[in-house]
Amino acid sequence: MADRFASPFEIETPEGAEGWQSLYSYSAVFAEERRDYEDGGFWFHDGVHWPEALTPWDAGVFEVAIAALGQYNTRHYLVPPAYGVDLRILNGYAFLSPVPAPEADIEGRVPHFIERAGFYFANWDRLYDDWLVKVRSLVQQMTELDFSPLPQMEDMDVITSGAGRGSGDRLLSTYHRLLDHVFTLWQYHFEFLNLGYAAYLDFFGFCKAAFPSIPDLAIAKMVAGVDVDLFKPDDHLKSLARLAVSSGVDDRFDGGSPEDVWAKLATDQPGQAWIAEWDKAAEPWFNFSTGSGFYHSDKIWIQNVEVPLGYITDYIVKVREGVDLNRPVAALHKERDRVVSEYRELLDSDEDREAFDAKLGLSRTVFPYVENHNFYVEHWAHSVIWRKMRELGGVLKDAGFIAEVDDVFMFRRSELPDVLFDLYAGWSIGAPSRGPAYWPKEIEHRRAVHEALKAWSPPPALGIPPEVVTEPFTVMLWGITSDSVSAWLNSGDGAEDGVLSGFAASPGLVEGPARVISSADQIGEIQDGEILVAPLTAPSWAPVFGKIKATVTDVGGMMSHAAIVCREYGLPAVTGTAFGTKTITTGQMLRVDGNTGKVTILD
Amino acid sequence: MTECPSAIAFGALAAEFHPQVGGKCASLGVMSQAGLPVPPGFAVTTRVFADARKAADTMSQIKDLLADLDSSDNVALASAAIRSRELVRNWELPEEHERVIREMYADLCTLCGVDDVPVAVRSSATSEDSPDASFAGEHDTYLWVCGIEEVLEKIRACWASLYTDRAIVYRHEMGYDHADVDMAVAVQKMVRPRTAGVAFTLDPSNGDRSGICIDAAWGFGEGVVSGDVTPDNFLVDKVMWSINRRIISPKTHAHLLTDGAPGAHPTVVRVELPEDQVLAPSLNDDEILAIARLARTAEKHYGFAQDIEWAVDDDLPPGSDIVLLQARPETVWSKKRHTVSAKKDLVSSIVDTLVNPLYSRKGAQTA
Repeated sequence: MADRFASPFEIETPEGAEGWQSLYSYSAVFAEERRDYEDGGFWFHDGVHWPEALTPWDAGVFEVAIAALGQYNTRHYLVPPAYGVDLRILNGYAFLSPVPAPEADIEGRVPHFIERAGFYFANWDRLYDDWLVKVRSLVQQMTELDFSPLPQMEDMDVITSGAGRGSGDRLLSTYHRLLDHVFTLWQYHFEFLNLGYAAYLDFFGFCKAAFPSIPDLAIAKMVAGVDVDLFKPDDHLKSLARLAVSSGVDDRFDGGSPEDVWAKLATDQPGQAWIAEWDKAAEPWFNFSTGSGFYHSDKIWIQNVEVPLGYITDYIVKVREGVDLNRPVAALHKERDRVVSEYRELLDSDEDREAFDAKLGLSRTVFPYVENHNFYVEHWAHSVIWRKMRELGGVLKDAGFIAEVDDVFMFRRSELPDVLFDLYAGWSIGAPSRGPAYWPKEIEHRRAVHEALKAWSPPPALGIPPEVVTEPFTVMLWGITSDSVSAWLNSGDGAEDGVLSGFAASPGLVEGPARVISSADQIGEIQDGEILVAPLTAPSWAPVFGKIKATVTDVGGMMSHAAIVCREYGLPAVTGTAFGTKTITTGQMLRVDGNTGKVTILD
Repeated sequence: MTECPSAIAFGALAAEFHPQVGGKCASLGVMSQAGLPVPPGFAVTTRVFADARKAADTMSQIKDLLADLDSSDNVALASAAIRSRELVRNWELPEEHERVIREMYADLCTLCGVDDVPVAVRSSATSEDSPDASFAGEHDTYLWVCGIEEVLEKIRACWASLYTDRAIVYRHEMGYDHADVDMAVAVQKMVRPRTAGVAFTLDPSNGDRSGICIDAAWGFGEGVVSGDVTPDNFLVDKVMWSINRRIISPKTHAHLLTDGAPGAHPTVVRVELPEDQVLAPSLNDDEILAIARLARTAEKHYGFAQDIEWAVDDDLPPGSDIVLLQARPETVWSKKRHTVSAKKDLVSSIVDTLVNPLYSRKGAQTA
């Protein structure tokens, strides 16, 4: 077994991607100046959130998000052993490295942490209620951002109001405000998350100490909520399917385009009533990404109505067949209570039972945030961000700076003020901007580089692994453990003997044919009875879980979406296999053992 | 009170008849009804014994034989004992009782799908005056009894074993009246295990009480208990009922039943296994979970961690082929405390978790 991964400095640039570094921030790439530090560290690819090669602008969101994570550990709560997580982009892919607090500082950080984290834990519900207000208001502010084109001449009321500022100023400052909002959003995101995980880990550690063999998913089951916002979009699809059948408009869902279906619905009162219900559900619940939410290219239901419409059409068939689509909420509650009371009873003393109750109580207090934030930030707010950026893209396209609206994501975050200034200056002076002559060619080049990067597969990790991975956030958030690190070190290609290992994320043992899906666009290919093999799954794939027999993912741990949803649907899941989509091909027979975390290729 | 039947299946043995079936049968009945499936069989009640005794009318002779016997005079004791036993062995079974016993045995043969299914015929003595008397090991047990005629003969032989030398001395020393002790008889299927082994209702490697640890090997459990075969090992979670550990060991040998010479009883012999069995799991998942549930039921029934012996009986229908052979309290870990002792203050405990995770500390589970 090798004792280290490749140095980031040894990784070659894929053919056709030469000069890829210029697509990203100078501070986000490995560089000679920091070589000693970078070469001595351990960097893992964050495929949980950023599985694909990043475009320049999406990379900017990655940087902001990860910096915000660190801010809370390092400067707000003074998490005693952990600073933030360092970030790099290599060949377009996201790599992370947890930064420990210096040994000598840990003790001094403890009283601050107790005071600061203690305040949040003691006031959690109130602060979380405030958070929901804050984040909704932020989304509202983002929605109101106005990226309309620069006018031929300013409106008369600019004159009559004595505004003294024009549309160019507005355009530039609106972009700055969008960036500020992204920055604020990601600070909100981590305001609670690390503390939430810390409380969960404390309960987790207690359970492992009391019951060394307790399955991780048993602990997750005791804490996890049953009525979670992340399930709401799917619940609404099911309600809409039921409504279509009960109000007799289900015959209009005939596989036609959304426009056709809507036109047919609009012809009578029941159809219009259905559309009204759709509209009510759609804001905000269909601001739901088909991916992790971190890519502008992820499809958002509300803008790709064919996706939820397809699901509704499938559900209508089931409603007609008399299938009960309701989640068995009462049964799930009962099962959760059973698991809790049985482990509790097995504890050795009343003192332990008291500690168990307190820790479980805190975990359940913090968990609604852990489970729900994802909808508000990654799905809802991000879908607004991508939408606003496309509005800006429209302005740049109309001005001839770019050929396609989506080319706006080929700019770096920090480049756009210059680009917009160029646009503004040309507009204000009445002379040609340089942009239309300069950018289309440059963006075509960047697009080609990005394509070359997309075709490349990043190694799971780089550099020197720690002897043991105990850093709690790394374990919890990314599912990286000493075991997974040594599995990566052991396997060049993962499955020489036809067996892949990952997290036993949802129990059960099944065999079936594989369906390998590399992106959300392919989920329509999934057939009944297949085993889904994907880099990761997104919450919005929920409807496909009614078709498949099991799930295998490349990335993610016990609390990944695939794990949560599979437990909900009672399907076996093995997550974090690292090489699943690379080793398995569609049609191969698999055995998925969600009890042991083993996936066996049978042919 | 309902009239006591001639014979009662263990699974249907109501508590009201415990006085008529003796301690051994009563305990088999209690276990069957607590969801602890012992090998199937039935109890021949003391009513049969009493009716046969009455019909034969030999008790006064026996009383005379044993009266004023000097229990230190071995020769006189042995002679009186032999003559008493002869008398009892010749008791006639009242016809009605014999019909019921024949039916019960035939039913057992049908259940097992085996003609003349081999059974153990065990004495289950009881004393109306001393219901708690154990009579442990005082009376005879006959193994590998095949066919109804031999069963009927051995029932009488169990009755007669009331008058073995040691039983006579035991009663004498305990001050029981010879005529006050009644004899019920347990007729119980001999187990023919495809797989057998032991199960602990905790993980013996670390004392984890959420685990049920199963050792299993082909054939009889002797090899697992004595350690001359390396068993497969499984760990099942008591709450989630997931199989958390599965170690399939090379099982080169097994203790299997071998037919003896014609007319002789079969014997258990340690044999080498064919290659295809060596690395094959000796239990499937359904069986693993059924054994774990059996062990957990025993633990709940007795209120203590248990160490049980079980077998998968090849003669019984799948789904009810797992039988409990023995249950005793686990003694090693049960005596230890294993308090987690987390810090009381939640935030301080979180600091501990972050700085020095509980689960990475050594010896955290024993205090």
